[in-house]
Amino acid sequence: MTAALALDVRDLSIVFDTRRGSMTAVQEVSFTLARGEVLGLVGESGAGKSLTGNALIGLLQAPGRIAGGEVHLDGQRIDALPPEAQRRLRGKRIGAIFQDPLTSLDPLMTVGAQLVETIRTHLPLSAPAARARAMDLLAEVGIADPAGRYGQYPHQFSGGMRQRIVIALAIAAEPDVIVADEPTTALDVSVQAQILSLLRRLARDHGTAIVLVTHDMGVIAEIADRVAVMYAGRIVEIGPVTEVLHAARHPYTAGLMGLIPSLSRRADRLPQIAGSMPRPGQWPVGCSFHPRCPSAGPRCAADVPRPLSADDGMVACHLFSGGTLSPPAP
Amino acid sequence: MITLVLRRLGSVLLVMLVVSGMSFLIFNYLGDPVNNILGVNASLNEREELRRTLGLDQPSYVQFWHFLQRAVVGDFGISYRNRLPVLELILSRLPATVELVMCATVLALGVGIPMGVYCALRPKGAFSRLLQMISLVGISIPQFLIGMLLILIFSVELRWLSAFGRGEVVQIGWWSTGLLTDSGRKALIMPVITLAVFQISMIMRLVQGEMQEVMRADFIKFARARGLTDRSVHLRHALRNSLLPVVTVVGMQIGSLIAFAIVCEAVFQWPGVGLLILQAIEYADFPVMAAYLAMVGFGFAMINLTVDMIYLFIDPRMRRG
Ligand SMILES: Nc1ncnc2c1ncn2[C@@H]1O[C@H](COP(=O)(O)OP(=O)(O)O)[C@@H](O)[C@H]1O
Ligand SMILES: [Mg+2]
Repeated sequence: MTAALALDVRDLSIVFDTRRGSMTAVQEVSFTLARGEVLGLVGESGAGKSLTGNALIGLLQAPGRIAGGEVHLDGQRIDALPPEAQRRLRGKRIGAIFQDPLTSLDPLMTVGAQLVETIRTHLPLSAPAARARAMDLLAEVGIADPAGRYGQYPHQFSGGMRQRIVIALAIAAEPDVIVADEPTTALDVSVQAQILSLLRRLARDHGTAIVLVTHDMGVIAEIADRVAVMYAGRIVEIGPVTEVLHAARHPYTAGLMGLIPSLSRRADRLPQIAGSMPRPGQWPVGCSFHPRCPSAGPRCAADVPRPLSADDGMVACHLFSGGTLSPPAP
Repeated sequence: MITLVLRRLGSVLLVMLVVSGMSFLIFNYLGDPVNNILGVNASLNEREELRRTLGLDQPSYVQFWHFLQRAVVGDFGISYRNRLPVLELILSRLPATVELVMCATVLALGVGIPMGVYCALRPKGAFSRLLQMISLVGISIPQFLIGMLLILIFSVELRWLSAFGRGEVVQIGWWSTGLLTDSGRKALIMPVITLAVFQISMIMRLVQGEMQEVMRADFIKFARARGLTDRSVHLRHALRNSLLPVVTVVGMQIGSLIAFAIVCEAVFQWPGVGLLILQAIEYADFPVMAAYLAMVGFGFAMINLTVDMIYLFIDPRMRRG
């Protein structure tokens, strides 16, 4: 089973060490990714999606740290490796794309030089070979006239073009996994679809597994194979995209789906479900969602629901593990 | 890009015109050149005669025009004090000041930038805190005090270095350099340190601040996500992006170094332009003062021009238009 998995995250927890003790921001997050699969990681702003993504690529910034769990890349545990070994994996076997293409590139360096620098960090290529590969990459991500564009600076490209170059940089050494954190949020709607289909094509043609972090269900519907729904630092439901979109089980997911913006009227952020998501350190006892949940019962305020795996999905809700009414027998 | 360069050259010309205007005012209207040359006892006829030969009977704008014509070819008249052509006087003193200022700049950059980078990368380290404390002292302590402390320690107590003069110099054409002899180099040490302490501290704090800011930028995070080595992230990406404001400030600082050099030259009896101008002020030697003003103005304008060119070189975003 593990052989086919590109990424296997087990019980990942992230805490912040503050002066008033440590505060948990992500708790016991588990999911897997097969080669060539696109997993959408969705949830309201502040759910812990970016923290999870940063932890995967080993770029969690202090005072945040991984407090528990394991991350396996192609069957090899990577979260406990020394920093230098993690650095060597980054860009080579696990890549990243961030939200804002306007600020992701070094403004003082030509895009060609940035590509060559990345390529030669990871691959034993001569300068001319790296240059040729850089041109190929530019062509691959849909930049017209790669030879002419090679020597240009980031400011000479539009936002969508820059995100294509960011993607070219992320795939420069053919990583097995790419963590894309809101890769289309900063772009025009018309450009969003192009970037998403480019990512889709990379997953299909190169077998690259993609974790696509977003708060936009429309993006999920367009690109994901499976969806993981995150709420207050935990994953509450995982399932194939069609099932999650059309037959959500967790009440929070169902609430989100009720809010999918139609294609004609796409909103930038999710409209709110009544109430708001608690911040780390203020999570209620029991199920974090119960204060906002239409189906909550007494048990929900007492017990954290255990994740319940079924087929290729998972749901963490008392509705599916014995009902919400009775607190558990002592 | 060409238009940008031309615009800059235009503003340099404008600055030079204003500065020469001021230096013309000093030259012509502070003190009476006729009195200065002939002395107070000359007859009225003699005075009129000289006025005509000097062109002082003509309207001011004609005089200014002649002044400009002469200034362009470096003719600033004769020093009242030692009866030598002003240009010759200044050129004989210029190498001493230029070597002092250049050495101080190189030292300030060579020490200030690495210190700033170090402090930016380890802002909480014990050594960084020490450097920051030292730099605070370096910024606040007056220059002449540093010079006198150095003299007290290395000349008076230890007797290692001579407290005044340039040591032996070697003549290369009209340029005299102290860099080629042992005593010349030793003589440079204390004045250069005196002049550089403030600059080192400034540059260090500037580089640290800028670089800490840049280290938070998205492209640094993305550079890390690409798996680049720390060395490459820090130096090729973070430092380069921090240097633009440093270039500006260093440009302005070199200008002010020329001014600071006056104090430093006085403390160490350094035979440069600064000492010359101090003496000129003492003797109301207006032609020398006028020429010095024009020269400093020209120096500032050239430095600004150089800074702009370096900007164009470093930052591709400026090359448009
Ligand atoms: N440096 C930090 N210190 C304290 N709390 C933080 C820090 N960074 C993020 N958080 C908290 O962690 C939570 C999750 O953040 P994030 O993963 O960025 O959310 P999102 O799902 O929107 O990407 C947020 O509530 C945020 O307030
Ligand atoms: Mg986020």
